Amino acid sequence: MKVPVAPERRAQLRALGLVAPLLIFIGVTFIAPLATMLTRSVHDPVVADALPETLALLEAWDGTGTPPEAVYAAAARELERAAAERTVGQVAGRVNRVQGGLRSVVTGTARELEDLDRGPWREAMTAIDDAWADPATWHAIRTTGERFTARHYLNAVDLQRLPDGSVASQPEERRIYLRLFWRTLMVGGVITLLCLLLGYPIAHLIARSPPHRANLLLVLVLVPFWTSLLVRTTAWIVLLQTQGVLNDILVATGLVSDDGRLAMVYNMTGTIVAMTHVLLPFMVLPLYSVMRGIPSTHMNAAASLGATPLQAFLRVYWPQSLPGVGAGALLVFILAIGYYITPALVGGSDGQLISNMIAYHMQTSLNWGLAAALGGVLLAGVLVLYALYDRLVGVERMGLG
Amino acid sequence: MTAATRPGLGRMAYLAFCTLVFVFLVAPILVIVPLSFNAEPYFTFTEGMLRLDPDAWSLRWYREIIENEAWTGSLVNSMVIGVSATVIATVLGTLAALGLANPAVPARRAIMGILISPMVTPVIIAAAGMFFFYSGLGLGQTHLGIILAHAALGVPFVVVTVTATLAAYDPNLTRAAASLGAGPWTTFRRVQFPLIAPGVISGALFAFAVSFDEVVVVLFMGGVDQRTIPRQMWSGIREQISPAILAVATFLIAFAALLLLTVEWLRRRGRA
Repeated sequence: MKVPVAPERRAQLRALGLVAPLLIFIGVTFIAPLATMLTRSVHDPVVADALPETLALLEAWDGTGTPPEAVYAAAARELERAAAERTVGQVAGRVNRVQGGLRSVVTGTARELEDLDRGPWREAMTAIDDAWADPATWHAIRTTGERFTARHYLNAVDLQRLPDGSVASQPEERRIYLRLFWRTLMVGGVITLLCLLLGYPIAHLIARSPPHRANLLLVLVLVPFWTSLLVRTTAWIVLLQTQGVLNDILVATGLVSDDGRLAMVYNMTGTIVAMTHVLLPFMVLPLYSVMRGIPSTHMNAAASLGATPLQAFLRVYWPQSLPGVGAGALLVFILAIGYYITPALVGGSDGQLISNMIAYHMQTSLNWGLAAALGGVLLAGVLVLYALYDRLVGVERMGLG
Repeated sequence: MTAATRPGLGRMAYLAFCTLVFVFLVAPILVIVPLSFNAEPYFTFTEGMLRLDPDAWSLRWYREIIENEAWTGSLVNSMVIGVSATVIATVLGTLAALGLANPAVPARRAIMGILISPMVTPVIIAAAGMFFFYSGLGLGQTHLGIILAHAALGVPFVVVTVTATLAAYDPNLTRAAASLGAGPWTTFRRVQFPLIAPGVISGALFAFAVSFDEVVVVLFMGGVDQRTIPRQMWSGIREQISPAILAVATFLIAFAALLLLTVEWLRRRGRA
């Protein structure tokens, strides 16, 4: 019994040896970056590193009234040092996100403290800006001073931590992310439905065509699949813009007056139309590969047993095509909710999705912690759907039909 | 049977609907091609173009992109990055697919899930993570950083394609070669690889297409020296939209058609 085990073990090791280089490569070039980003969503040491003593002394503060003089003294010293080390801007930005208006208070105070060398610091700082007499300012500093924090995730789902430690909704005007997540899911759902509606009949047609014609029709589906995403997006701008081809046709045929040209791009319509076009092949290919396996004799049998075409379709064909529907719909939905490029280019202001908000916080507001937390929420959603896809279809049959 | 043979109203409607969907799929892309020959800086057909007036058609946008160093430079960048990323993705992806073809591999499903995850991870998340991670390694704004990132994004396509080809490979051929005295390397080189080559090449073309079309990672990680064609188109669409973009797009459409026909040809060969 011992002899046959050894070669099998060796084959297993050899197989693992073949897989290992790629596993390591993906681990370093892809998984590690994701982990870095997720770390950033809960770990933010900037304020903690800049104001360690202030934060340590604030621990003892009961949160009412102003903190003791020792806190002011430490803050004055550390803010002055942060100004000298040029980290005060980063500190101010973070404090400002918790309590609006504090950016200039922190930077301004730090600048003026350079000219002061003697206390009492409470009076001195309050004289520079009376925000230092407001407990809210110190709460904001204490909040941002947490090295490990849930506040980005709370923020990403429109929650905040109040000074007393309880969790509450953001004020009405700052509740934007849940609505955006919801909009992303809705748009993903609409696009998935549209793709199913458009893709099901043509997948059926291709599956029932003789091989030569089926190949030709498949190429028509694959043309957009292979064409650059930017080309396809450009194409939709050209077609849909107010001075574009479609509006010109509508005006020329008299369906629309020249000053009544339709706004079909740089809004939600543009996002939905262009994304449906981009994702349609991902619906058609899995549908087609399942439908190809449904024998045409089944429909004939149903008809010969007296079923109307509609009955035969609903009772015989549709149930057999469901695996393809599930695979295509999941794939399109997964890709749709993470989409960035098309909404960014044709979405205007109301056609933006959660990915665009992540890009905004990465590139414009520079609130990287929040960008990472929004990304973390989106990634969790995608991974759940991905696991579901693996259960239903198997990931190795992804995308290519 | 009777319902199927009579060309009823329902069937006509079905065929008409299918035709419209095919038009929806292909027409937007085809519209770009004639518009790229517009003599005017517009994105729609001028009256002269519709009258087929030769003066309304021109090659000026093609001349513009050929003479513009921003475009030619971005083509060089796209090729360098695309080819390098493809080589890495194809070698590592093919090796991994060969390993995974062995059913004895432990945790096969989990490994497959990890290897294919770059395909479904929203690219904005990947790009944001790569921006932090690669900058920390000093690979921000370098060709190498983007090449590694693109290789990671392209590798799932190689794994999927080669795995599919290997599923059709008869392991008895390996045993036959071994029984005739061939070592594992000879068997691979002389028997297995020639049979799976179409799948490997298809996977490589997929990986190249991914890199050649990728813009988000380049946006986040690339500097001025790493501008690729999609990156250049991105600014073109966002900033000074000019029909020169349509000329580039026409090139890319022709290129995509070439890739598609090659892959289809390989697929049929692989099956035969």
